Amino acid sequence: MRIRGLFVLTALGLAATGCSSIEPWVKPYDRENLADPIMSFSRAPISQDFLDHVFESREGSRGATGGGGGGCGCN
Amino acid sequence: MSNKVRTGLSRYVITCLGLSLAGVTLFGPATAGVLPEDRADVLYFRYDGGGVTINGPSMLVRKSIGEHVSVAANYYIDMVSSASIDVQTSASPYDDERTQSSLSMDFLHGKSTYSIGYVNSDESDYKAKTMFASVSHDMFGDLTTISFAFKSGQNEVFRNVKIDDVKQNDPAFNDGLGKADMESKSFSVGVSQIVTKNLVLSGQYEVITDEGWLNSPYRSVRFFIGTDAQGSQPEKYPKTHSSNSASIRGKYFLPWRAAVDGMYRFYTDTWGVIGHTAELGYVHPLDTKFAGGDWTFEGRVRYYTQTAADFYADIFPRADFSNFMARDKELATYNAITAGFGATYEFKIERFPWLSKGQINLRYDYMTVAYDDFRDATYSLGKFGVLPDPPLAPGTEPLYELQANIFQFYISAFF
Repeated sequence: MRIRGLFVLTALGLAATGCSSIEPWVKPYDRENLADPIMSFSRAPISQDFLDHVFESREGSRGATGGGGGGCGCN
Repeated sequence: MSNKVRTGLSRYVITCLGLSLAGVTLFGPATAGVLPEDRADVLYFRYDGGGVTINGPSMLVRKSIGEHVSVAANYYIDMVSSASIDVQTSASPYDDERTQSSLSMDFLHGKSTYSIGYVNSDESDYKAKTMFASVSHDMFGDLTTISFAFKSGQNEVFRNVKIDDVKQNDPAFNDGLGKADMESKSFSVGVSQIVTKNLVLSGQYEVITDEGWLNSPYRSVRFFIGTDAQGSQPEKYPKTHSSNSASIRGKYFLPWRAAVDGMYRFYTDTWGVIGHTAELGYVHPLDTKFAGGDWTFEGRVRYYTQTAADFYADIFPRADFSNFMARDKELATYNAITAGFGATYEFKIERFPWLSKGQINLRYDYMTVAYDDFRDATYSLGKFGVLPDPPLAPGTEPLYELQANIFQFYISAFF
């Protein structure tokens, strides 16, 4: 209970200070590498999604693949 | 005279592939604060493994309308030729086709992106309609993106039979109703975080619930008759299925302009399946042009393992052994390794100034699956009614293994 209370107090404190007060520690001009196309989680969505769901069709697991999820009841 | 013409496994494979293609390509949570770029993709794929061949095209077009709206449309065809392990032991090889069309829209408002979409999938024994909505929002100086997504699907399941050599829906299916319904809902939350100027992390949690007809209308379980003989009966699944999955992934920019990424996913569901997925990838662009264009190479390895569902068995001790009985190998205990390699050739055409760039892509993946408790029943039941010589006793067959080759060729144009 103490831990939960501490968590709630911390969250309230953060909310009270306002989210806008958090300074971004990676400035926009420092994001050149992150903007490189090779840093995209899926450079080719049509291909990656096809592969993801080859896996989904072969596996009991589903969901949380970075996209909208399966949800086709394929088990 | 009626005959089963297929097993449900491949039908579900088809449905999943198709629905999921549109479900994610079109409807994946968008990056907040910026619309996806205009592009057109044409993909040809071929999956060949375990006696199943699936090939077909997929076409995707995404176009912005003004500065705040982006529209995407997808058309997809599956052409299936199946003689899978399930088909070999209980039916005849079959060919089938499924078509799917889908549409989605993204609306950009400030640092938020709202997305909606609809998918329609149609095949001879499975019809699915799915809607999707999501919202994502950039915050904390655009270092953090949070997203919420909801998906709802209405599905109709049929069973095909051949009557007078004509394939048609079985009017006797589901106690004479001729069809069965299945509803699916998905809720997911995600967060993406820029950690350093070279590292981005993301996490996602998704709950999926299904209700209705969840098993294959074709597949059977097998059971012992005495010690040396076996019989079969239709599968019996629960009418509900809920799953929880959580994943974390990261991507790191290396000093020599390359990227390495990793992913881990944990999965658990109400059927007793627990799954672990791990993936490692490496992307390496060449510094110098070759054949007039830029080249990027990618390698990827994926490992997957899971435990079996509570009501799964390769062979049950007797008929009607329990309320729920399954012999779907995707509900068995197994592990799988997939390794893949891809190459992208990127070019520009001076005569087409409206084309910002084009890409030609090739990709090949090899998948191998080793089952711990799913046996190759063709050693006792034979293939397509032809008994092996000599047949092995049920329950003593070698464990089943599956290898698959997966090819992709696609062309992308960016505007």
